[in-house]
Amino acid sequence: MSLDKNDVEKIAHLARLAISDEDIPGYAKSLSSILELVEQMNAVDTDNISPMAHPQDAFQRLREDVVTEENQRDHFQEIAPAVENGLYLVPKVIE
Amino acid sequence: MHSKTIAELAAGLKKGDFSSEELTTSFLQRIKQFDQEINSFITVSEEHALAQAKAADAIIAKGNATALTGIPFAQKDIFCSNGIKTTCGSKMLENFIAPYDSTVIHNFNQAGSVMVGKTNMDEFAMGSSNETSYYGGVQNPWDASTVPGGSSGGSAAAVAARLVPASTGTDTGGSIRQPAALCGITGLKPTYGRVSRYGMIAFASSLDQAGTFTQTAEDSAMMLNVMAGFDEKDSTSIDKEVPDYTANLNSDLKGLKIGLPKEYFGEGLNADVAKVVEEAIEEYKKMGAEIIEISLPNSHLSVPAYYVIAPAECSSNLSRFDGVRYGYRCDEPKDLEDLYKRSRGEGFGDEVKRRIMIGAYALSAGYYDAYYLKAQKIRHLISDDFKQAFEKVDVIMGPTSPEVAFKAGEKSDDPVSMYLSDIYTIATNLAGLPGMSVPCGFANSMPVGLQIIGNYFDESRLLNVAHKYQQTTNWHKQMPEAFK
Repeated sequence: MSLDKNDVEKIAHLARLAISDEDIPGYAKSLSSILELVEQMNAVDTDNISPMAHPQDAFQRLREDVVTEENQRDHFQEIAPAVENGLYLVPKVIE
Repeated sequence: MHSKTIAELAAGLKKGDFSSEELTTSFLQRIKQFDQEINSFITVSEEHALAQAKAADAIIAKGNATALTGIPFAQKDIFCSNGIKTTCGSKMLENFIAPYDSTVIHNFNQAGSVMVGKTNMDEFAMGSSNETSYYGGVQNPWDASTVPGGSSGGSAAAVAARLVPASTGTDTGGSIRQPAALCGITGLKPTYGRVSRYGMIAFASSLDQAGTFTQTAEDSAMMLNVMAGFDEKDSTSIDKEVPDYTANLNSDLKGLKIGLPKEYFGEGLNADVAKVVEEAIEEYKKMGAEIIEISLPNSHLSVPAYYVIAPAECSSNLSRFDGVRYGYRCDEPKDLEDLYKRSRGEGFGDEVKRRIMIGAYALSAGYYDAYYLKAQKIRHLISDDFKQAFEKVDVIMGPTSPEVAFKAGEKSDDPVSMYLSDIYTIATNLAGLPGMSVPCGFANSMPVGLQIIGNYFDESRLLNVAHKYQQTTNWHKQMPEAFK
């Protein structure tokens, strides 16, 4: 699979990454070469093989539905770029 | 003092030959003297270390010391440390001070160990040469023009230069074993789920596993005793009893069945590296081991499958870096989307962006089956290869890396050739098996690592197999001339 400029722009948008125009050809080339490597998988028939998600086939553990975490909002927000009254600040979303 | 193992240092502390404060001071001094040459640390936590050392001395004086009390070591800068910067090798986390300790750091604190600092690494653990770090590359102590391997390059180089007796690392596709091999030290990646991932910044959650860098297998066992165990806070942690990993170090190897996968000795393996690894296997024959040729027929698919699964999981994990709650935030965002895009575009380096994009592409509508699902099926085939092999053999051996440390810059412009340097280590992560790399000689004056792969939760046997080799050889005692 060879990716062009439009593909890279589309993927960068999906991943919410700002990529400068001059960097796009470089990414198109390196991403295409990685996909070429990955496509070696296509030579193998996997029709009757089940996908493996966890090495020990373990299942998600469940626990009682009770509060286990204490509220540390102020502590956690000490490292936030912008907060006010316990809220995270971002550019205005709704006019 | 700096060439001593943890076991030797622990004995010295116990006998009162020196205090933890003296020991810690002497390693901090070595870091000051030598680290400018190799750049293995991102943060040196001198004040914190001396306070921990004093506390350790008080515990020792009271007779309450455990095996690692008062022992200085370094943590890979991927483990969150309360109050001390955790960068993960990225500009994104340049000023990030975690509000809590990872379980690994918590466990070492409970053991009374001394953390002298946080080591350099490839950005978000993505790389095989340590060249993707925002904080500069790490130089291999054996030859400064070569790389130390990655992603845990700083942890490996620091132990190789004897700036610390031991360090921690993480291994997602070879990030402990490959740098251990390239730097001539002992590296251990435990079974997936053996050591808690809580507070270890996530790259690929179904592959990531924490482990150790030490001079000897005995020291690895002592470290793993502190690190291993079930943790409620890690949803994939396995609830299984933790043995004393030092208990079986000296078991006899007579009759041990060693499998040699023919795929690990074929095309692509450097001839000088092959010769050194074969000599190590001869040594095991002398100890009474039986050598059995095996096949892992889907080995060649491990790198392709990995470069779907790891990027897919990374693109999901790294979506948390949004410039809102912590980490880097761009200047004057014009709207929310601009905030996300520029914070991430400016905060992440090239290799991280490449992998996020590969992952986003592989998971996007219409491509999921062709990439992610296909890769997970291949993963099953690779895992089954190992299952069949372990019906016939006790451990699997081969080279850790196809070549010795390569020159800085040699592969940095060609991601695919960089990825192939993990060709012998990645399958182990896909299957979730434990693996080690043990120094076994030199090729062109650079260290070579012997890889030993074990069955699930068979770390005791791996450590035994490595320890017995280190009792009859002295490759693990070699250190680079410039750091003696």
